[in-house]
Amino acid sequence: MGSPILFIILAVVAIGSALGMLLSKNAVYSALFLILNFGTVAVFYMLLNAAFLAFVQVAVYAGAIMVLFLFVIMLLGAEESEQAIRQTGWQLYLSVGLAVILVTAVVGSFLTGYGRGEPLVGAAVTPQQLAISMFENYIFPFEVTSILLLVAVIGLFVMSKKIVKKG
Amino acid sequence: MVVTVEWYVLLGAVLFTIGALGVLLRRNAIVIFMSVELMLNAVNLVFVAFAYHLGDINGQVLVFFVMTVSAAEVAVGLAIIVAIFQSKKSIDISELNTLKG
Repeated sequence: MGSPILFIILAVVAIGSALGMLLSKNAVYSALFLILNFGTVAVFYMLLNAAFLAFVQVAVYAGAIMVLFLFVIMLLGAEESEQAIRQTGWQLYLSVGLAVILVTAVVGSFLTGYGRGEPLVGAAVTPQQLAISMFENYIFPFEVTSILLLVAVIGLFVMSKKIVKKG
Repeated sequence: MVVTVEWYVLLGAVLFTIGALGVLLRRNAIVIFMSVELMLNAVNLVFVAFAYHLGDINGQVLVFFVMTVSAAEVAVGLAIIVAIFQSKKSIDISELNTLKG
């Protein structure tokens, strides 16, 4: 769905903002780049007829989660670090290997005509269909999710109580 | 030239690898968490693309659950980072070696 030009522009913005997050020395800039990346992913969801997920993406990821990140960065004053990116260690070699594999895969897929299959056509999905599927077929995982959120709230409470005691 | 589902798979692979590089290369624990979020988002994008391509709504339901779990994970993880910062005055992961033998 959508024109190739729109896809390419959005993909360039998404990859560019991801690289900006990876390479920024300041953690606040990393968080702001990541918000831009989440926004472009939300636009991709709109193109793929997932309107509900697009708005959840903006509200939960770009809204709630990134505000939490920015709050913690500024609370701790941990914006800058003297050596943001590793210069030594086994992690460096592993990441160089990963990058080589990625570049090989992308270039190889362009050379072998990987992306020239049948065009992407799908049916429109309404939020109503999503809700019916979730509350009929996935009602048990949905309830498990509520227990997970409860455990997270209790965990947060325990963690912050320990902090108050120390201070 | 038409957009196919393979384009979305490639984009997801690129974003996932950038996230993995962030986990490996950065030393700030908060930026590592943000890279994990980027990897989850890349997987979600591929899920939605295949849900659209195959006309199957289950992919979108799964994305919803991934979002819920990652929200809970971020909340607990950031609380742990704050607790570590209060005891060690740093969130550089190379200084978190108390358990090292």
